[in-house]
Amino acid sequence: MTTRPADGGDLVAAPPTGSTAPRGTPVAPAGHGPPGVRRSPARRRRRMLNVVAIVLAAIWAFPVYWMVNSSFLTFNRIRSPEPTFVPVDGTLAAYRRVFDSDFLDSLRMSMAVTLITVAAVLLFAFLAALALSRFRFRGRKSFVLAVLVIQMIPAEGLFISQFKLLEGWQLLNSVIGLSLLYIAGVVPFTIWMLRGFVAGVPRDLEEAALVDGCGRAQAFFRITLPLLAPGLVASGVYAFLQAWNEFTLALVIMTRPENMTLPLWLRTFTDANRASDWAGIMAGSALIAVPVIVFFLMVQHRMASGLTSGAVKG
Amino acid sequence: MPYLLLAPALAVLLAALGYPLFRQAVMSFQEYGLAQQFGQPPEWVGFDNYTRLLTDSYLWAVIARSIGFCLIVAATTMVVGVAVAVLMTAVSRGARLTLQIALLLAWAMPHLASLTVWQWLFDAQYGVVNWLLTRIGFEQFAGHSWLIDPLSFFVVAGIVVVWMSVPFVAFAVYAGLTQVPAELQEAAAIDGASARARFRLITVPLIKPVLLIVGLLQIIWDLKVFTQIFVLQDAGGVTRDTNLIGTYIYRLGLGEGQFGLAAAASWFILLVTVGLSLYYVRILVRDDEELDA
Repeated sequence: MTTRPADGGDLVAAPPTGSTAPRGTPVAPAGHGPPGVRRSPARRRRRMLNVVAIVLAAIWAFPVYWMVNSSFLTFNRIRSPEPTFVPVDGTLAAYRRVFDSDFLDSLRMSMAVTLITVAAVLLFAFLAALALSRFRFRGRKSFVLAVLVIQMIPAEGLFISQFKLLEGWQLLNSVIGLSLLYIAGVVPFTIWMLRGFVAGVPRDLEEAALVDGCGRAQAFFRITLPLLAPGLVASGVYAFLQAWNEFTLALVIMTRPENMTLPLWLRTFTDANRASDWAGIMAGSALIAVPVIVFFLMVQHRMASGLTSGAVKG
Repeated sequence: MPYLLLAPALAVLLAALGYPLFRQAVMSFQEYGLAQQFGQPPEWVGFDNYTRLLTDSYLWAVIARSIGFCLIVAATTMVVGVAVAVLMTAVSRGARLTLQIALLLAWAMPHLASLTVWQWLFDAQYGVVNWLLTRIGFEQFAGHSWLIDPLSFFVVAGIVVVWMSVPFVAFAVYAGLTQVPAELQEAAAIDGASARARFRLITVPLIKPVLLIVGLLQIIWDLKVFTQIFVLQDAGGVTRDTNLIGTYIYRLGLGEGQFGLAAAASWFILLVTVGLSLYYVRILVRDDEELDA
């Protein structure tokens, strides 16, 4: 919805600022008073609002810009009393320093946890969504309700006993242990999201394929799966974002420095270099953020609309 | 057959959420400290953990602080978010797209990365915020350290949380605003309703469900805020004066090894969020017909 904003005439003068002219229409409709008397103050107000919007945009984008900008600066530029607003004589040295740290080990750790989480979540959520939308059975409604409530359970309310649980199973500091918690955290929302997609695939279509001589498996792979692809992609990216960004549980479970995921790595790297190397810290942040921003832009419209049909866990 | 399909998801949920929930309940009635951590069997102590917590004035201070922070930040986020959404409906296409792209960038940033960037922005010596404030005449901000004083610590934390949360609110409310039928507005305008009256009497009632859900989510999320506080404490905050309920439980349990006490304290955050979410779920499910089928 964000990339496809309503066109000019969609909302007529809804804002409380009290503009009375229809937006974006160069020709004032008849009955709106003589043009030039009412239109020009409205136009001036609109221009002013445009400026406000651009200023707000600058404020919101500035930290992201500042991260990228700072990551290219030399020591001297970073530590000068006057900030450098564009990366003049930029350098990639900060990125080299990041790769010289244990960044790559953490990257490997993060990728392992994320891959396991995404794969398991997609499989489990798909099966559950199938059950919920294709079968009527006892406990169905309570399961859906439970799924909705469960996804709101905050890690902050449960991490003490989750720590004890994994400790008891000898799974502290293990990829499997952390992934298990992530899967449980992400699977409820993806079930809720996929349920709608599965329900959207008409049964008749599958049955028609069966009548036409497809086997069950063939009907599934040829008809159902392609129709579900967008939902699976969205759920997969959602699971990726959650596992890649998660901090609290990783902090609790991965207590050994050699098992840090990327967010944990960034925290220790920041603490170690705060006094000396903000360019390196910003380079590390940028390396973690860029893949996320790319993926996020792919699914953002679904995340936003998921709000009214399900919750996006924060 | 359906039960078989549900089995894997159910198994994971029971293992990773259900059992810890049960375990937490049990542990909150036990003396479970460092001695037990090293093998001594835990001892049943009834409601001791709860009475100890409830009579501890520090816990109450932390709870009051959490609720205050949550309400102020959630309210600010809502006001700014709704204002931005309304602004989006009033500006030209180009300005709107620019604003939306900027908001998306902020929304997409991983929490740890944005927290790190904000630490850099507020850095005492080379931070651009202090530079700007000094530049426009507030000399006292030269080399000012923001995180040492609890009040300005929470101002920084609040700014970061609002910056992160506004995009979601703005997009959700904007989506709601674009659903308001134009005919309704026109009809009211012809009947002589002022723009202000139209906004109050037509737009607000129509987007009220969205406002309610988004507001509720903000409260739920801001109450359990952990990462922002924890990382900023690392960066120089005074832990004792800046703990919120999440960091308090963390330090109590994993810092001091008082697992029984921490489990009891966890119930607070758990009960409040689940209570709020039940209300949220009721709103969500109310218009889901498929569920009643």
